[in-house]
Amino acid sequence: MNFDILSYGFMQRALLTGIVVSITCSMIGLFLVLKRYSLFGDALSHVAFGGIALGFFLNIYPIWTAFAVSVSTALGITKLRKSTKISGDAAIAVLLSSGFAMGVLLISASHGFTIDLFSFLFGSILLTNMQDALLIVAVSCGVIATLIAIRKPLIHFTFDEEQAKVHGIPVEKLNYLFVALAAVTVIATMRLVGILLISALIVLPNITSIMMGKGFKKTMLISISLSVSAVIAGITISYYFNLAPSGTIVMLMVAMFVGTLVAKHVGMFSKTINEHNLSTTS
Amino acid sequence: MPVNALDVENVSVSHNGVLAVNKISFNVQEGDLLGIVGPNGAGKTTLFRAILGLQNYQGKIKLFGYEGNQYTTLLSMIGYVPQKVNFEPNFPATVYDVVAMGILSKKKLVKGVALIQSCGCCWNRIFATSSKDSEKIEEALKIVGLESFKDRRISELSGGEQQRAFIAKSLVKEPLLMILDEPVTGVDMDVQNKFYSVLRKINKENKITIVWSSHDLTAISDLATRVACMNRELFFHGEKKEFFANKDMLKTYSESAMQMHMHKHDL
Repeated sequence: MNFDILSYGFMQRALLTGIVVSITCSMIGLFLVLKRYSLFGDALSHVAFGGIALGFFLNIYPIWTAFAVSVSTALGITKLRKSTKISGDAAIAVLLSSGFAMGVLLISASHGFTIDLFSFLFGSILLTNMQDALLIVAVSCGVIATLIAIRKPLIHFTFDEEQAKVHGIPVEKLNYLFVALAAVTVIATMRLVGILLISALIVLPNITSIMMGKGFKKTMLISISLSVSAVIAGITISYYFNLAPSGTIVMLMVAMFVGTLVAKHVGMFSKTINEHNLSTTS
Repeated sequence: MPVNALDVENVSVSHNGVLAVNKISFNVQEGDLLGIVGPNGAGKTTLFRAILGLQNYQGKIKLFGYEGNQYTTLLSMIGYVPQKVNFEPNFPATVYDVVAMGILSKKKLVKGVALIQSCGCCWNRIFATSSKDSEKIEEALKIVGLESFKDRRISELSGGEQQRAFIAKSLVKEPLLMILDEPVTGVDMDVQNKFYSVLRKINKENKITIVWSSHDLTAISDLATRVACMNRELFFHGEKKEFFANKDMLKTYSESAMQMHMHKHDL
């Protein structure tokens, strides 16, 4: 295949940000999936939509308002869930619809939809400018570094919160830090696949790699590899066939998931794989 | 005068106004293997949760003579194995991964949050445990007899094997005190016996003080050095011999269970 596409600046930026973002999503996503927070990313992205609309409304760089709104909502909802015992799926439904409603409201108030907005909804990785690319890469690297630093307590906390508490891990602080990281990740991912497809990047590579029956480290590495290859292949295919990159990436991930499911079904992996199916929807 | 491993003084816990634990006082000396018996709903788990700082209570609990902030710090020196560890069945962790979770110390945690160690790590270094840590993990797996299971996923193990893995997990942090809440309820006799020999070994050889609740009076009479008997309040606390000689215990614990036990001993 002809790889002259790499000579275009926009392709370099797209691939670089795509790869970094997919690594971040896989890492944070594994914890989200295992904590049964699969849809939390989706809810946060809808809130981020509200944040972006706020940015347009106030005429501020929308990414900053999205960061502020998403992180504070993520922390707020975590606090609220703790004190009111609202069930997880209900909290997500409230979060998702109120975030989106706020966005729609603000946009109608600021005189209609703009082309920019559609790029946030459906992704526009090929249109990433230098400012966005640098910001996304810097933020993603920050999230990755933090996750690596807190990996041990985070794994323990995800495995069993109570045991982690007895073990002397400050679980509450860790939980706040974790949801804040998730919120930041979602914003960084918006450019790649858009608000509406973010949860695919968080969930699909992880449930695929969990099915393979490996330990934690291998599961995470497999998930990252799947995600990175889907992003590279997706961007390349969409360039040559003039398709939307976000849809292509996600469909490739779906294909990987279905392929693994079939492979598992016909016994290509060890027989001992746990038969419980992870529910991706709550 | 030697300090007790655990002092429980006048501890009460109420759930929505109902007393689950009523003014219980007892102590555990270092090196003891205290067996706690009592029917279901007697408040054993609630009492353990209070000791572990997972439950609000009235009264006083001292760990190695310490209270307050020092108590909270010492909490991480307690190994705790609950009746059932609720974990996500698909959790992609091998037995080794699970035991390694026990290694973490508070100091390492603070260091970890400081983000210092993370810069420029490669994958191997990210997940590698130091050789000293991996020795500890191997040793703990050996004590519970799971060496050959270390690369298996935790969810693939049977209930009894999982419990042994969780014991190994609490052993690697080199606890001063272990609290085991009916650790082998619902597990077959063979596994129970293996488990009991592990219990004896860590108490005698590793010199770990153990508080252990069980419905298995035969095992208690075999293993425990002291016995406590509770049903919301404490009815008995003392030497094992006294407990099994004391016919009044019939009133506090299930009569038929006691009779069965006596019967077994007569045989």
